Amino acid sequence: MSLDGPALAPAPERENWRHFAAKAMGNRSFVIGGLITAIVAAMALGSYGWTPHDVTDLDVASRLKKPSNLFWFGTDHFGRDIFSMIMVGARNSIAVALIAVGIGVVIGVPLGTLAAARRGAVDEVLMRFNDLVFAFPALLSAVMITAIFGPGAVNAIIAIGIFNIPVFARVARGAALAIWPREFIMAAQVAGKGMIRITIEHILPNIANILLVQATIQFSLGILAEAGLSYVGLGTQPPWPSWGRMLFEAQTMMSFAPHMAIFPGLAIVITVLGLNLLGDGLRDVLDPRLRRER
Amino acid sequence: MRFVNVRSAALATAISLGLAATALTGAALAASHARTDIIFGLVLEPPHLDPTASAAAAIDEVVYANVFEGLTRINRNGAVKPALAESWEVSEDGKTYTFKLRTGVKFHDGADFTADDVKFSLDRARAEDSVNAQKGLFKAIEAVEVVDDATVRVTLSSPAGNFLFNMGWGDAIIVDPASAESNQSNPVGTGPFKFSNWAKGSAIELVRNEGYWGDAVALTKATFRIIPDPAAAVAALLAEDVDAFANVPSPEAIPQFQADPRFTVVVGSTEGETILSINNKQPPFDDVRVRRAIAHAIDRQAIIDGAMFGLGTPIGTHFAPHHPAYEDLIDTYPRDLDKARALLAEAGHADGFKATLRLPPPSYARRGGEIIAASLREIGIELEIIPVEWAQWLEQAFRGKDYDLTMVSHTEPQDIGIYANPDYYFQYDSKPFQDTIAELNVTVDAEARYELMRKAQRIITEDAVNGYLFQLAKAGVWNAKLRGLWENSPVQANDLTEVHWAE
Repeated sequence: MSLDGPALAPAPERENWRHFAAKAMGNRSFVIGGLITAIVAAMALGSYGWTPHDVTDLDVASRLKKPSNLFWFGTDHFGRDIFSMIMVGARNSIAVALIAVGIGVVIGVPLGTLAAARRGAVDEVLMRFNDLVFAFPALLSAVMITAIFGPGAVNAIIAIGIFNIPVFARVARGAALAIWPREFIMAAQVAGKGMIRITIEHILPNIANILLVQATIQFSLGILAEAGLSYVGLGTQPPWPSWGRMLFEAQTMMSFAPHMAIFPGLAIVITVLGLNLLGDGLRDVLDPRLRRER
Repeated sequence: MRFVNVRSAALATAISLGLAATALTGAALAASHARTDIIFGLVLEPPHLDPTASAAAAIDEVVYANVFEGLTRINRNGAVKPALAESWEVSEDGKTYTFKLRTGVKFHDGADFTADDVKFSLDRARAEDSVNAQKGLFKAIEAVEVVDDATVRVTLSSPAGNFLFNMGWGDAIIVDPASAESNQSNPVGTGPFKFSNWAKGSAIELVRNEGYWGDAVALTKATFRIIPDPAAAVAALLAEDVDAFANVPSPEAIPQFQADPRFTVVVGSTEGETILSINNKQPPFDDVRVRRAIAHAIDRQAIIDGAMFGLGTPIGTHFAPHHPAYEDLIDTYPRDLDKARALLAEAGHADGFKATLRLPPPSYARRGGEIIAASLREIGIELEIIPVEWAQWLEQAFRGKDYDLTMVSHTEPQDIGIYANPDYYFQYDSKPFQDTIAELNVTVDAEARYELMRKAQRIITEDAVNGYLFQLAKAGVWNAKLRGLWENSPVQANDLTEVHWAE
């Protein structure tokens, strides 16, 4: 008789998916957040194929134009179309935040689950080191890293990514610790499965929900961090537009060209809001125990 | 001297206020309710405060004419005036200058100023191991002799037409041997202001030197506050946290100040030739065809409009357009992308190439650089933009010559001679040019000098040594009650000696 297999580890089946979808569609945060995120993602993807104007094309003669039919969000001080820049900037924000979250997941989750599986000294060492990294204000340290290794999108990704590691390690460890004492894990141990196999086959599927929610939140923080780094000139470099740098460039011109600040500012706010709503919604849908009383 | 790009309204205001000020000065000072301090905005923090040991303009912007003085000084109109030398005589052959020094002058630490200090300062500046950033100023000097305590005789190896002007530069100030080494952190000069305090990263304070040899200055205290961020500079002016900016770092804010009666706005000229510096020894830029292609691709008007909001005069060579010897060479390389591409192809770069463009912090560079990168992209040159801080720029590009292209404003007056130095960071090495400058240095006749200056301008433009962009305008904004600030910048200085507050 075999003790492993999906019968013991509760895994979603077709019925569950339908149930999940129905629940998700009924959750306002999830729907609105998902919609906003989808629109931003579509803008970013769309910018590969088409933008109203070329963002690397400087047309100084038509600089500082107010929003119009030709330039939907107006133009900046070099005559670049702000709508096109926001489209391409979305691509840049998403790419940076996504890869940074990826770094956090790929390194942080194995560390966290390892700590939970081994306990003892390994746990202690990993988690104290974790606390150490966590204790630094993330954005400040990101500024330090980019200041040392030079500004640019790649260094921004690494800087933001490093500070995602402890977040995921901690979340993964906490969630895994709650799973380890469960009966189906004991059954797997009795069946002779090793620690790594149990982690991959039983722990990870059961903590994936929590990680997904955390990833959404880290994603929105990543977008904010990228905007912050670009604002101080350490993020993506010209000619590629970045929302943060657009804000920086707008700041001395706010009195006579407010559209230069308003649109990139709105883009950041709306995107972060959308991701946070999506994260909230996901949490409610995936983990009813965490649902807030309404 | 004339104004460049003058907004006539601002000029009229400035002149009428200036006239009113002259009439009111006596009365205002008598009433003496006016402020006697000034808070002056600085965009760049000086690396230290010794003008004899660095090329950084920010040093002179604090100490020139305020803390340190030379034998001569350059006044607000660019004219040479006596300073520590009361008068001078030039020998028939133009090779011997006898300076009659002022007596009773004391350094801020109480030491007497004597002829020995002059000899020390000039010998130190021209010494083999001198760290002076403008050693060329002293090149003509053969010997400095102390005749008596109040007389110095300087012998030149050959006549130098610009000698008295050169002695007025910040790099040629007179220092006391006892304090020369510590001037970087504690400058001790003979000027009307004494150094008081430097809160690094924040402000430099000067106080009035009560024992000054000349006319007492009206201000008792001057604070130079360092505000590197353009938006913060504008905000500080609007909030009246600072009283004056000699050159507001964000030209886009000028209309706002012009509309505000609390401020005087004067758009004047500077000696700042803003150029795209090219590393002439770095392939592929060692090929004149590549440099000419760049010159053809540059769009000066787009840079002036896009980066400077229209403030600035296009230049075609390394010379100030308000100077009588200026040669208009703007049309040597008209914007012509096809020609630029053809030149690149001829040089073997038909598919273009990649290079880097290092941009120091001022907005003319950061913004102008983006426009240049866009222009060069059109002819296939992909520039990677690398923003650098000033310290990094001085270290890597200026001293280390480790750069492809960079953008900077050369604010020294009549500094075309820098092209004669093959070790200067352009690494331009041209015998005909060096000969022209050598001849210029020994020519005294004004007309002949102008002709040589024009020839020098033609040579560097012909060789397209750098991309010549525009003459930096000086968009001065200060409190409407302030009088006596410089309208133009014939030298890099914020001379406070004539500054006072109207009632």
